[in-house]
Amino acid sequence: MPLALIILLPLTGALLPALMPGRSARLLASVAAIPVLLSLLLLLSQLPHVMQGGEAIVQQLNWLPALGLNLALRLDGLGLLFALLITGIGALILLYARYYFEGNTASARFFTLTLLFMSAMLGIVLSENLLFMLIFWELTSLVSFLLIGYNTDRQGARLGARMSLVITGGGGLALLGGLILLGQAAGGYELSTVLAAGDRIRAHEHYPLILNLILLGAFTKSAQFPFHLWLPHAMSAPTPVSAYLHSATMVKAGLFLLARLHPALGDTAAWFHLVTLTGMLTLMVGAFVAMFMHDMKGLLAYSTVSHLGLIMLLLGLGTPMALAAALFHLLCHALFKAPLFMMAGYVDRATGTRDMRRVNGMWRVMPALMVLTGISAAAMAGLPLMSGYLSKKMLFNESLLVTQPEWAVVVIPAWVTLAGLFSVAYSIRIFHNVFFNGRPIDLPIASPRGPRAAALSPLVVLTLGTLLVSLMPESAYLALVQPAFGAARQVLVEAYDFSTLGGRVPMLMSLVALAGGMLFYAIRDPLFRLHARLPEVDAKEIFDWIMRRAIALSQRRVFQLENGSLQRYLVFILLSVLVIVGLELMGVDHWDGGVALAPLDPLTLLAALLLWLAAIGVVVYHHHRLPALLLLGVTGLFVTVTFARFSAPDLALTQLMVEVMAVVIMMLALSFLPQKSPRESSRTRSCRDLGIAMLIGLGVTAFSYAILTRPQTTIADFFMANSVPGGGGTNVVNVILVDFRGFDTLGEITVLGIAAVAVFAFTRDLHLKARVVDTHPGHWVAEPHPIMLSTVARLVLPIALLVSAYIFLRGHNLPGGGFIAGLITAVALTLQYMAGGLVWAQARMLTPFRPLIGAGLLIAVLTGLGSWVFGYPFLTSAHGHVSLPLIGEFELATAMLFDLGVYATVVGSTLLILANLGKLMTVAGPGKEIG
Amino acid sequence: MELLYAITLGVLTTCGVYLLLRARTFTVILGLTLLSHAVNLYLFASGRLTASAPAIVGLAPTAADPLPQALVLTAIVIGFAMTAFVVVLALKAAVELRNDHVDGENPDEDRA
Amino acid sequence: MNHVLILPILLPLITGAGQLLFYQAPFALQRLLGFASTFWLVLLGVWCLQVAGSGEHLIYQPGGWPAPFGIVLVLDRLSAIMLALTALLGFCCLLYASSGTDQRGAHFHALFQFQLAGLNGAFLTGDLFNLFVCFEILLIASYALLLHGGGRARSRAGLHYVIINLVGSALFLIALGTLYGLAGTLNMADLALAVAQAPPSDAPLLAAASLLLLVVFGIKAAILPLLFWLPRAYSAASAPVAALFAIMTKVGIYAILRVFLLVFALGESPLNHTAWGWLWPLALLTLALGGVGVLGSNSLRTLTAYLVILSVGTLLATISFATEASLGAALFYLIHSTAMTAVFFLLADLLGQQREKGYDRFSAEGPIGHRWLLGTLFFVAAIAMVGLPPFSGFVSKAWILQASATQPQGLWLWAVLLGATLLTLIAVSRTGSSWFWRPGDMAKPYPLERGPLTLVAGMVGLNGLLAAFGDPVMHYLELTAVQLLTPQDYIAAVLPEGRMTAQEGSP
Repeated sequence: MPLALIILLPLTGALLPALMPGRSARLLASVAAIPVLLSLLLLLSQLPHVMQGGEAIVQQLNWLPALGLNLALRLDGLGLLFALLITGIGALILLYARYYFEGNTASARFFTLTLLFMSAMLGIVLSENLLFMLIFWELTSLVSFLLIGYNTDRQGARLGARMSLVITGGGGLALLGGLILLGQAAGGYELSTVLAAGDRIRAHEHYPLILNLILLGAFTKSAQFPFHLWLPHAMSAPTPVSAYLHSATMVKAGLFLLARLHPALGDTAAWFHLVTLTGMLTLMVGAFVAMFMHDMKGLLAYSTVSHLGLIMLLLGLGTPMALAAALFHLLCHALFKAPLFMMAGYVDRATGTRDMRRVNGMWRVMPALMVLTGISAAAMAGLPLMSGYLSKKMLFNESLLVTQPEWAVVVIPAWVTLAGLFSVAYSIRIFHNVFFNGRPIDLPIASPRGPRAAALSPLVVLTLGTLLVSLMPESAYLALVQPAFGAARQVLVEAYDFSTLGGRVPMLMSLVALAGGMLFYAIRDPLFRLHARLPEVDAKEIFDWIMRRAIALSQRRVFQLENGSLQRYLVFILLSVLVIVGLELMGVDHWDGGVALAPLDPLTLLAALLLWLAAIGVVVYHHHRLPALLLLGVTGLFVTVTFARFSAPDLALTQLMVEVMAVVIMMLALSFLPQKSPRESSRTRSCRDLGIAMLIGLGVTAFSYAILTRPQTTIADFFMANSVPGGGGTNVVNVILVDFRGFDTLGEITVLGIAAVAVFAFTRDLHLKARVVDTHPGHWVAEPHPIMLSTVARLVLPIALLVSAYIFLRGHNLPGGGFIAGLITAVALTLQYMAGGLVWAQARMLTPFRPLIGAGLLIAVLTGLGSWVFGYPFLTSAHGHVSLPLIGEFELATAMLFDLGVYATVVGSTLLILANLGKLMTVAGPGKEIG
Repeated sequence: MELLYAITLGVLTTCGVYLLLRARTFTVILGLTLLSHAVNLYLFASGRLTASAPAIVGLAPTAADPLPQALVLTAIVIGFAMTAFVVVLALKAAVELRNDHVDGENPDEDRA
Repeated sequence: MNHVLILPILLPLITGAGQLLFYQAPFALQRLLGFASTFWLVLLGVWCLQVAGSGEHLIYQPGGWPAPFGIVLVLDRLSAIMLALTALLGFCCLLYASSGTDQRGAHFHALFQFQLAGLNGAFLTGDLFNLFVCFEILLIASYALLLHGGGRARSRAGLHYVIINLVGSALFLIALGTLYGLAGTLNMADLALAVAQAPPSDAPLLAAASLLLLVVFGIKAAILPLLFWLPRAYSAASAPVAALFAIMTKVGIYAILRVFLLVFALGESPLNHTAWGWLWPLALLTLALGGVGVLGSNSLRTLTAYLVILSVGTLLATISFATEASLGAALFYLIHSTAMTAVFFLLADLLGQQREKGYDRFSAEGPIGHRWLLGTLFFVAAIAMVGLPPFSGFVSKAWILQASATQPQGLWLWAVLLGATLLTLIAVSRTGSSWFWRPGDMAKPYPLERGPLTLVAGMVGLNGLLAAFGDPVMHYLELTAVQLLTPQDYIAAVLPEGRMTAQEGSP
């Protein structure tokens, strides 16, 4: 029998209600029940095998072996006990919900989620692979989140849901960490591996960390102090949910996990202290608070907390039979707590309130419910002969067997007795206070009517279960608990000897608890008054407050850094450069590489000085923008000179053209911008920036000096050698551009093209009606075009075009090439703009520039692709000799075609940018596309 | 010579970076341009400095390293494209945000 | 030499150029061209994955010049993964954009294609300067796309983004100049050998250059303290663009992997140790900041932007271990996080359109249309993004934890990563409950476009499949990590004759 079926049935079944929204709860419940009952049957079919102490059934399927995460399932006594509880109680809950949601047409969501939860829960208890189990673990947290927030319109529900998700989800993360470490310590994530590796794990260096992380996961899930806070607020979920998730099943997941991993992690001092103490605290806190709860569900929630603590305590004790006691009590608790919740739900429905100060004397209206509640409450209180009595005496028994450490010997028995006393008190209260204790006090529903007889069926079944366990504990133990106990201990265990419960001391302890509890209940009113004086603390509010604070804090912290100031971001970047690189440069012992320095001639020195002056001038005058811009132009010119001086004619030409274009563009832009920059940076700020700038400048100087004075080993010779034979051109720079590294050039013209198109795109609907502040009108208008200039310009144009053609053609051999030619052309045409004004120019050249760019790029690419035809890679060039008059002999290489593309792109891009920038000046306002 | 060159780069960089850290777009662009000059010269220098020996086959016995020149040429053009782009963008921003501060008129606007 | 290898670059380039050339053609045609090209890119991506899967490096030499003289394109597993991821993401973004975003400005499709060309170029090139050029292409395209649609917020964010990246480019060039000046070559494989053989007196300079590159890539990848341009830029961009930008930070990470595991990985004391040394603490801080930012953000887009930062931190912290396991885990997480951040940018738009007021602001409280449908989608997407099971986020996180547990400092990463995850969980649970639970149903919901909805749902589904069929993927990634850690193979493939001979040799 594939175990997966047990999980998949409810999982697939979860779809059914979702597919029939708006149907009656009755129909939905019966539909939903089918898969559940099937799973239940499958489980029962395995009962005999397990009861005979058969081997654990393990089935597995590889999923992510590299991660150790496999679809591995395992069925043994422990898993079976929980699985039976989950499916059995689940089925009854569905039955209960059928009545609870009667007349409610929007309950489909509940049934879907409940089935989803059920399969997840089954997944937890039936997983063989720990990581696989974790998946279900998280899934339960998520579904519980959705179910707690079921009444989405209530703020309490939303808060409670978030709170539970944050706490259990956080625990889940801790568990993830713990399990991964556990798996690495054990050498695998399969339970069979982990459980066998107990000694290795306990000896492992990470053991304390593993233990803490896993316990964190378990404690949060099982609502152990101080993580119990989420559970009471989970009560804003519909009662079936509270009864099922938050009492019978999900909160038991943590206990299950610890019982499961006990052989691997348990029985160390750390385990004893952490688990036992947490259990004790939870037990007491839960029981104490429960007594003073006036809300029925609140009382039940806190009593659940205390019972979870009790079981946790037993898991920690480590005495031989403690685990058995824990599992036995777990069974009893599931059986008697669920009906109490159901009762609360019915009473709530009938009276419209859950406040026990008002709900009294219900025995008149719902006697049957009274009886059922009486039995369950008696079990919870641990009245003699009830199941709770047995489990509690088991607890007392075990508590007496503790011998280590000294403090525990006395403290634990006393402690559990006291807690038992409280539990008696609140058990009496939930029964007596609700059904007797005089008459009801102004209920919202004046004349409450009890639930129909049929509606009690789930309670009846569960109560019968309680009675069964009470009357014949041995057989119940043998059937369910013993196999689970054995599976959990991984050893053959002897049956629990119930006759030992006759011992005098445990008897005494339970009597004390009983008497004390009754006494306590008798004098409750003054105690309540006393308690009412204590300050009221609401965990929900605290949680929400913490969350708000955290968010506000992080907001502030983040915006202290990310405050939208570019200057600050740039400083961050530059400083990190200084620090990171600077530290490394400390290691440089000799900057001077030892190559002999070239002699310094006065002319170069002069030029250099002028360059410095110009650059510094830009800084000094940067508040007056026009002069600064002109000085920038001068700087550019001297950069050109530098290139020329150090034998880079192509660079010089390019730089010159680019400089002209750049300055022109900036001029145009400046005509819209304020002419002055305000002096806004404080002196300190300026000094700081100057300091940073100087340091960086220093760095660059040092760097370049170090490089310039070092001997050079480069691949340059290859280019010199192969330029003519391979590239068909003597101008090596150009050959590199169009041939050796033509791919770079392709990229570079792409950049240029994109830039132009982008400019077009985002100036297209730019309205300049809204002029920038403090530009005095008139200043920005293009100057009236002097006739001189315009005539000259018109004369120059053809010449310029000729020159560019010449430059273009010879480029492959002498300085020049498509690039420079393109820029020359562009400058010449720009001159027309400047001279004739935009309108004039547009009237004469309606060139659509964008297609020109596209065409340019395509020419370049297609030229490259051409070489495919001959079986060569992209951009391989071929060349031959051609001679033209005037220009003379030159190589005509396919590279030239490529260069043509470059030319077209450059012209198109440059002019597109200019045209659109110019457009802004003309009356041809937004909307009208240019280029 | 080399030292002079190196210092020149330092001066250009310093001026560029200082302007880069100013608060107005136009000034920042001036800074960026200076910086790109410095960077181009730096890249150029990685081929070492050689006088009157352009990288043209058969023109001079020893030729300058052509590769950095090609790289710089690419860099210049890309730099030009970027400058043009950022100039127009600055203009657009100035017009839309009604001032030419690098952060627009009110950096905290988006906080809320 | 297989010509297909250069198509991932040329195809979008040609398409983009064509879309410019025929800009007057009907918009539908432009769109169609874009789709066709992107779809082919997806197929090419699959092809690359399959070819590179064989484990050998595929070489392509545009211009037919041998390395190190000409530019060389290299396809290895890492490149293939990035190409495929980009193509798939691009396709999704284009689909989403075609629901109207692409008409809110000029030439969206051309720019989009150029962007893809730039990205693919960066992933393929084996030449450092060519990497610079590709960066410039993808940057200028991204500037344009960021501004697509106009508006003040975009102009402001764009200005910062552009200027900061211009500074980055300047630094890149300085680093390049230094490397060429000292090593005299630009081809990455050749550089690796040259750096390894460099005289000790040059070592610190080379190290400094490598750290400059680290800063440059750090700006792209958004590491603390270089990341502050990101939140506003990403939250200002239009949804599909922001979604595409999910890959942009990963370009920086790709570059870090490529350069520091190849160029500076050889020699008896590899220079990349210094880089890892810096990366580790910075990445942890980045991760922490990401978590805090997620909690503190005021709109879903900002939250997603900080998710990007969070993922970058996680990635780089994991990468800085530079072991096989950690690299594999990091790559898995890279795929997951790219997909999920993209999903969330799209989701923010999808939900924002349906909200009555406030778009994607958290401060605004109002009903949302199609509450249950969108709520479910958000819930599932959130699970996937936070990294709760059963989605790929959980797998990748588990893998990262496993990989780092064995490291001496690994537990630091544990603490920060799990903490940040918890913060994210808090943030999204708040968002979900206050958007979908608090207010009732909307009286008259806005019409919901099926297309984008199915797309986003589909992307989440893919994320689930990535986990479901994770085994082959993990295997592939493990092999990728191995390949990354043996740069010798890469070098041997690029320079068959080794360094010296290659330099004397002529075609």
